[in-house]
Amino acid sequence: MKILSKSYIALILAVLYVPILVLMLFSFNSTNNTGVFTGFSTYWYEELFRSAETFAALKNTLILAVSSALISTVIGTLAALGLDRMRSKLLKGTINSVTNVPMMNPDIVTGISMMLLFVFVGTLLGSTEKLNFWTLLIAHITFNIPYVMLNVSPKFRQMDKFLPEAALDLGCTPAQSFFKVELPCIMPGVVTGFIMAFTMSLDDFVISYFCSGSDFQTLPILIYSMTKKEVKPDIYALSTLMIIAILTLLILTNLSGDKGESLKDKLSDSASRMRERMQTRRAARASGKDGESQ
Amino acid sequence: MTRTSSKPPARKRAPSFATLAVAPHTVWMVLFIIAPLLFVAYYAFTDANGTPTLSNILALGDHTETFFLSVSMAVIATFLCLVIGYPLAYFIAKLSPRAQKIVILLVMLPMWMNLLIRTYSMMAILDDGGFLNNFLMRLGFDPVHIVGTAPAVVFGMVYNFLPYMVLPIHSVISKMDNRYIEAAGDLGCNGWQTLFRVVLPLSTSGIISGITMVFVPSISTFYISQKLGGGTFDLIGDTIERQFQNPATYNVGAAISLVMMILILISMAIMNRFSDDEGTVIV
Repeated sequence: MKILSKSYIALILAVLYVPILVLMLFSFNSTNNTGVFTGFSTYWYEELFRSAETFAALKNTLILAVSSALISTVIGTLAALGLDRMRSKLLKGTINSVTNVPMMNPDIVTGISMMLLFVFVGTLLGSTEKLNFWTLLIAHITFNIPYVMLNVSPKFRQMDKFLPEAALDLGCTPAQSFFKVELPCIMPGVVTGFIMAFTMSLDDFVISYFCSGSDFQTLPILIYSMTKKEVKPDIYALSTLMIIAILTLLILTNLSGDKGESLKDKLSDSASRMRERMQTRRAARASGKDGESQ
Repeated sequence: MTRTSSKPPARKRAPSFATLAVAPHTVWMVLFIIAPLLFVAYYAFTDANGTPTLSNILALGDHTETFFLSVSMAVIATFLCLVIGYPLAYFIAKLSPRAQKIVILLVMLPMWMNLLIRTYSMMAILDDGGFLNNFLMRLGFDPVHIVGTAPAVVFGMVYNFLPYMVLPIHSVISKMDNRYIEAAGDLGCNGWQTLFRVVLPLSTSGIISGITMVFVPSISTFYISQKLGGGTFDLIGDTIERQFQNPATYNVGAAISLVMMILILISMAIMNRFSDDEGTVIV
């Protein structure tokens, strides 16, 4: 039984990873054949680096990911703080439920709903490029905020409630108490929230696809338009680089801070994310129930 | 509840600060979550000139087949994910804590890679002139035509969304009190009876969570069906995507999206009810 269960795990993992490994292998193929490996070369990487389009998309993706992660971290952290202090369970439950709508809705619905808003407002304002960097930024901030809140809210719950009270007693203004006492306490959650928002933004295709204009292309959108044309290994090369970048990012986040803790955190974070999703669905049904209560 | 002397002043000042802190988020939510959804409803019930009409909703009759195909494919993919994912989650939970961490990380890792890349690499492998067929031909077998068939699309969904099924189930099973399983054994259950009468009912919440997390992206996908369906399979996602290529058909697209959203909400409500009922039966 032990051997059987272990080989089952190994089999599924193999199915998950073989396509990715094959893709990485063929990015080094010397011809544009995607079925037979004819020899090692870095031709497709050179081809990729010759294209100005790739660099523009890379730059756009990074600008968008950093700015949307920063803004959503600020808005999300403030919201988590406010919700933690909020007395009205009904209001709290409602805000939590609405916050999680972009997580529950299919991406395509989130994408087209915002696109319709942008197009409608753009038409009213009479602008020629209705979808641009700013609409894309708004869309990314919107779907990032819930991820920040999911990481920051538990830190507020774990924090000693008497700490800010003590700070206020000792003469801090609420703002001072926030920056000097509470922020250091919740910082791990804020950092994880920022990184998660950053990765979500890097990775998003569907929402970006509907909310971006022709003048601002991100890497996933570039990959999409490349895969619409003929199959060429330069997409493999680009994909390989993106996979390596994501891997590096994940390893770096695990190395920073104390090792065992951050890895465990990440795992329990994703588990609590799912649990919280479930609970919000329940809360949405029986409105008035607190979305966060266990 | 304990009261301290310091509480009243804090209570007096804190709410205004709390309201202030939530305000940007609330405004953002109203503008960019609630308003867009209202726009979907507005577009669904008006024509291109903005005059109210029901024709978009009535035109949905043309897409009945698409809806049916999408729902059945998503249901099959979700079912397969459950059948493949549950044993996987169960076996992982039986590993040593150290091994569990590593394997779960390995299951999660593909989730961080772009869906486009994962689907595209799958297509490259299964394609008629792809890696798998070249491999088969070298071994002396006949090539298999996979890309462009319904199983390929379903397989793509299972491949992409399996981690969403495994993770919540694993999280429930690994937290399960082992004494229940021991007690079942003591009371004479064999391995299968323990699994079906104790472990499975206790992991319902994880299963329900996994089902929704696989079903929602499966029913709304358009990239997987485009690439692995070879353009022969039109799912709801594809239909919606096509309507939004041209401003003249935004209204029809909005109507389809609205119906899909309602469909998903209804199935979620049924599922949650089901999980609650299960819960009371067990307790």
